[in-house]
Amino acid sequence: MKLKKKIPLIDQHDKFGFWGGKFGGSFIPETLKNPVEDLTKEFQKLRKNKKFIKQRDYYFKNYIGSPTSFVKLKILSNYLGGAQIWAKVVSEANGGAHKIYNATVHALICKAMGKKYIVGDTGAGYAGKMLSMAAKKFGLKCKIFMGAKDMKRQKPNCDAMRKNGAEIVPVYSGSQTLVDAVSECMRYWVSNCDNTHMCVGSTVGPNIFVKICGWSTSQISRELKVQIKKEFKKIPKKIKLINCVGGGSSAYGFWSEFIDYDKKHIELVGVEAGGPKKSKLHAAPLSRNAKIGVLHGAASYVCQNNEGQIQETESISAGLDYPGVSPIHCFLKDTKRARYTFATDEEALNAYQMVTKFERLNPSLEPSHAFAEAIKIAPKLSKDTIIIVNSCGDAKKDRDILKERLGKKR
Amino acid sequence: MNSSLISQTFKKTKKENRPALLTYTVAGDNTKKKSLEILKSISKYIDICELGFPHNTPIADGGQIQTSAYRAIKNGIKINDVFSIASQFKKSKKDKPVILMGYYNMIYQYNENKFIDKCKKSKIDGLIVVDLPYPENKPFAIKCKKKGINFVQLISPTTSRDRLKKIIKDSHDMVYYISMLSTTGGKLKVAPKKILERYHKIKSLNKNKNIVIGFGITEKTIKSLKKADGLVVGSAICREITNSIKKRQNAVINVTSIVKKLKNKIKN
Repeated sequence: MKLKKKIPLIDQHDKFGFWGGKFGGSFIPETLKNPVEDLTKEFQKLRKNKKFIKQRDYYFKNYIGSPTSFVKLKILSNYLGGAQIWAKVVSEANGGAHKIYNATVHALICKAMGKKYIVGDTGAGYAGKMLSMAAKKFGLKCKIFMGAKDMKRQKPNCDAMRKNGAEIVPVYSGSQTLVDAVSECMRYWVSNCDNTHMCVGSTVGPNIFVKICGWSTSQISRELKVQIKKEFKKIPKKIKLINCVGGGSSAYGFWSEFIDYDKKHIELVGVEAGGPKKSKLHAAPLSRNAKIGVLHGAASYVCQNNEGQIQETESISAGLDYPGVSPIHCFLKDTKRARYTFATDEEALNAYQMVTKFERLNPSLEPSHAFAEAIKIAPKLSKDTIIIVNSCGDAKKDRDILKERLGKKR
Repeated sequence: MNSSLISQTFKKTKKENRPALLTYTVAGDNTKKKSLEILKSISKYIDICELGFPHNTPIADGGQIQTSAYRAIKNGIKINDVFSIASQFKKSKKDKPVILMGYYNMIYQYNENKFIDKCKKSKIDGLIVVDLPYPENKPFAIKCKKKGINFVQLISPTTSRDRLKKIIKDSHDMVYYISMLSTTGGKLKVAPKKILERYHKIKSLNKNKNIVIGFGITEKTIKSLKKADGLVVGSAICREITNSIKKRQNAVINVTSIVKKLKNKIKN
């Protein structure tokens, strides 16, 4: 299994859609075969279409607000000693998280295909919120599937979705979290694929959805590359790009431009959700060595039992609380290009407190997992090491959880 | 391959000038024993039984079958229990074809070859894998055929003509036509006449293939589709099991009574 250079990772799959011969694919019911093929052809066409690219760039700039800033966390770096810690503040994007890139592109594709309805899944509520925003912007009718447990813990985002005119469909099956929301959304699409477009909220699902999402979020690393060159004159010798990984859309977007570099030069570090310290449950299939399995139309490392039943997960962060992970991250793990680890709920909360104490930054619980790793390794690293954390979401949505766990209102 | 039990069954029902009646139940719903009792009891009225191996993230199943699957899993049903239910059933009803139906991850975790061997040992006649579409399923389908197990291809209203031809050509003794865009257990939202129209177009590609129709078939709709080679009823049966449990009634009796009614509607 080997990575190819100069070819975007999203395109390094075989004719059946597998990365490294075993991750990804399209394990879909027959009914979806045709809509998925249509979407694949349409996307193939659109990504080569100059007008479409121009349109995308226009909305990325004027609607999403690219580029998001790249800042040094001076006080935090000084406090910890060792490496310099920087942040790419993707949470500045319209709506407060990276999910807006994928949502905007899906809305544009939906319009190009002449469909009037768009549906999507959501965990933390950001994918749903952004899709509802994009749907409103482009005049599409929108339905969001969300686990009932997540609706309770991420209420601010639910309010936002409703305000944008989207219908939220609560999902009561299974663990009532993201995994069930994705299943229910796919079921809805099976029944309505003739007039409805489906947006998968991360780089997961059947092959084409991994590609569209990765293609959308890769804007983050295109911006970052320019910003690094501008800030340091050239690309520094030791860089670590740290990103949280749930499905893996922000991590892929953050890394895509840097995959061809040697890992000693630019190390890619993915941080999964380790769950509560004392719990056996987690949402870390990569770093805690889950077996390969098929979930939601793709083969990837999946938290599951010996029989192939999908395991319940647990994490304080709804956005990372997912038993599977993107096939492209499995590929990056097996080719050893990226390193994957996890942070527990407690470590993420501590990181959140430390970052917000020292810096004018309010990372949500998802990127707080990435900050936890940065805080852990920075003191051991040399001063010329540049750690960059993707602060991919804003903590407004976590208001209630933070209040409950940390006491005071923030 | 000698004429399979599935082929023989369709020959018989055609002679009787009626469609074959296929039922779907989830293995182990709501217990291992009950589910075997249900199978044995309904076998008088049905021609082929589809037995689902329960999965907890079934992306193409509606509420009724999900409920049955969760119930079976909660009661501790393992994949080997599914095989043992099937093989016990086959011991007493040798001439009833059994088709196992489920999702690919369970086969993948069990190991494809081991799974097929176990099917063979349990006298399983066919397999339906919901999320392993054509042409990705070709290698697996070939392995099944080698062991004398029918791999049942699915086709749906969205299947293009080009694909249809290829799928029919590579299919074994039975093909499953999904009546409409829906998960299992949806309300029949397409007129039966329209479904049969599409069905006959597919039949015309190869008259010798046995094509059954499933999804949305209940006591109310079954009669209108009796021109098909076979009809599958699943969710309506799962619903009956759920209701029986709720009302503390005997699921075996209630399900049997529904199946008997279904059979009467398509008898000539």
